[in-house]
Amino acid sequence: MTGKTEQHNSRLAAFLSIIPGLGQAYNRRYVKGFIFIAIFIAFLITCSRFINIGIWGLFTLGEIPGLDDSRVLLSQGIISIILLGFALTFYIANIVDAYKDAQKIKEGWKVPGIREGFQNAWDKGFPYLLVSPGLFLLIFVVAFPLMFMGFLAFTDYNLYNAPPKNLLSWVGFENFISLVTVPIWRDTFFSVLIWTLIWTFVATTLQIALAFFLALLVNDPRIKWKKFIRTVLILPWAVPGFVTILIFAALFNDNFGAINRDILTPLLGSGLPWMTDPFFSKIALIMIQVWLGFPFVFALFTGVLQSISADWYEAADIDGASRIQKFTNITFPHVMFATAPLLIMQYSFNFNNFNIIYLFNQGGPAVRGQNAGGTDILISWVYGLTFESQNYNMAAAISIIIGFIVAGTAFFQFRRTRSFKEEGNI
Amino acid sequence: MSRKMKNTLEVTGIYLFIGIMFVVIAYPLIWTLGLSLNPSSSLYSASIIPENWSFTHYKWLFFDPRSDYLLWYKNTLIVATATSFFSVLFVSLTAYAFSRYRFAGRKNGLYAFLVLQMFPVLMAMVALYILLNTVGLLDSLVGLIIVYVGGAIPMNAFLVKGYFDTIPRELDESARIDGAGHFRILFTIMLPLAKPILAVVALFNFMAPFMDFILPRIILRSSENYTLALGLFNFVNDQFANNFTRFAAGAILIALPIATIFLLLQRYLVSGLTAGATKG
Repeated sequence: MTGKTEQHNSRLAAFLSIIPGLGQAYNRRYVKGFIFIAIFIAFLITCSRFINIGIWGLFTLGEIPGLDDSRVLLSQGIISIILLGFALTFYIANIVDAYKDAQKIKEGWKVPGIREGFQNAWDKGFPYLLVSPGLFLLIFVVAFPLMFMGFLAFTDYNLYNAPPKNLLSWVGFENFISLVTVPIWRDTFFSVLIWTLIWTFVATTLQIALAFFLALLVNDPRIKWKKFIRTVLILPWAVPGFVTILIFAALFNDNFGAINRDILTPLLGSGLPWMTDPFFSKIALIMIQVWLGFPFVFALFTGVLQSISADWYEAADIDGASRIQKFTNITFPHVMFATAPLLIMQYSFNFNNFNIIYLFNQGGPAVRGQNAGGTDILISWVYGLTFESQNYNMAAAISIIIGFIVAGTAFFQFRRTRSFKEEGNI
Repeated sequence: MSRKMKNTLEVTGIYLFIGIMFVVIAYPLIWTLGLSLNPSSSLYSASIIPENWSFTHYKWLFFDPRSDYLLWYKNTLIVATATSFFSVLFVSLTAYAFSRYRFAGRKNGLYAFLVLQMFPVLMAMVALYILLNTVGLLDSLVGLIIVYVGGAIPMNAFLVKGYFDTIPRELDESARIDGAGHFRILFTIMLPLAKPILAVVALFNFMAPFMDFILPRIILRSSENYTLALGLFNFVNDQFANNFTRFAAGAILIALPIATIFLLLQRYLVSGLTAGATKG
């Protein structure tokens, strides 16, 4: 037995594993080899036809109008890609496994019995077992739709060219190009993009600033009934957002809203066009978002402020630091350090804050020479393009742009804050 | 003397500012409450304190044969319970694997989760719509639950993984030496210790269906499948001025229980969030 192991060839084992299971059989792990080859054959029998059609569909998007539904073919194609990806991973894992086992046998490792082999497989496979249900759902609900969206951006799927009556075809980057060259798309795209950025920055920053200010005020030792004050200040967060937004939409209504009727008209003599003028709509939206969003940040900051040790301030007092110095050198760094990732999440949340824009006045008012409303942000424009004008291809193209902006900034920021934090830990 | 003056002035200023904030916060809420108790159904005649109180709108919601309010409440409860349960289940399994095992693909998996949690499910709405249509889950609560659970996994898995990381490894290692299996360690050691964060995840996902409006709007088509948010939105959307008082009554009935639970538990919410995020 021991003499043989010297000749055991790990390269040969890996090579044999081109047919899954053979390499394992060569390693005298017959049960394992049998299971591998059984899975391999089962996969070939059940999936090869599906994958074949899927890949064909992905390339052609169908050939007979009315019979081939390009959307179904596209989704089959994506599922095929996902299946192939998994199959490839397993295939490579199988080859690596044969190679590694052979290597170990060469070094005089004794092949374990069936029982022990199963125990090892269970131990090694356990994390995958844990992850798989979540992963499956994630692929079905998040990854698959995102891929579908990605492919859709390169087709000509719109109201006039819609399956099952028509076939879709690949158009390359045409949708993206028309987004920046065709005047109506270009004007709309840039004005919506600029407003989205302004909205994200102004609304979120005001939210954070107000929350910080209030958290500092309430944390002041001279203030009484802290618990009560905090509870009231958190109230806007506790009430479901869509309820408050709809209430605000009624309050800001030009004609019968209470803000115009009961507050502004007695004070100024006339109301403001909150719903019909883009500028005032934007102001109203920012004010509402600050109202809705500050309590969460306030609660965060309050938690952090309470956890800052009093020693810091005592030491600062001894050194004769002013109030502003204490703030910039102790309070502010502490708070930002502990909450930076969550604050970034606030920005990316507002960037895609569809609810408030849509529920307030559906992105309106309409603007001349644009196919988006005056307060539409990118995501609500996508919604409009999808469900109102059925410009699926353009909606998908814009979604991809949104995706790049969100993922790019957030990923960069997360990495930065994390490395920053690791330095802080030393 | 002047120092004392300054002190009092400051404190008064702080109270004044907090007082203004109170008014700004309370005004829309009280206005809605007043509206819901107003006997007439139009916004024009509505005043913040109704002259004659009445519960007409609440009665209508519950007892009028044309009202689907109770059905919507039931739908929302079903969706919320299922979403909350399955999210906690899948999220704790996933987070446990990422926190305690070192397996091939772990690092890439973590990055994939980090990136995926940034994409709102909403971004792929066309695809979701077509996908659910092809598998026949459009206009069904099951479809809605699946989308909620799937969308909740990446973000919450991160939170829970962060929390698991703070539980000392010695605990489960010593249990392993004593011969405890994988599932035994998970269910008897890890999950009980992680109760606070699991409660946060459960609560978040329970409340989401009460507050979310856009996914039901895309997925649900028929009135008997509506969740509360969608049903109430249609009150307002159909004939704005006519049904607003009814909307107000329905909204109060959602907001009260949710706000109460929320205020009772918000301390745990915040501590759970900060713990999960900073350890991420």
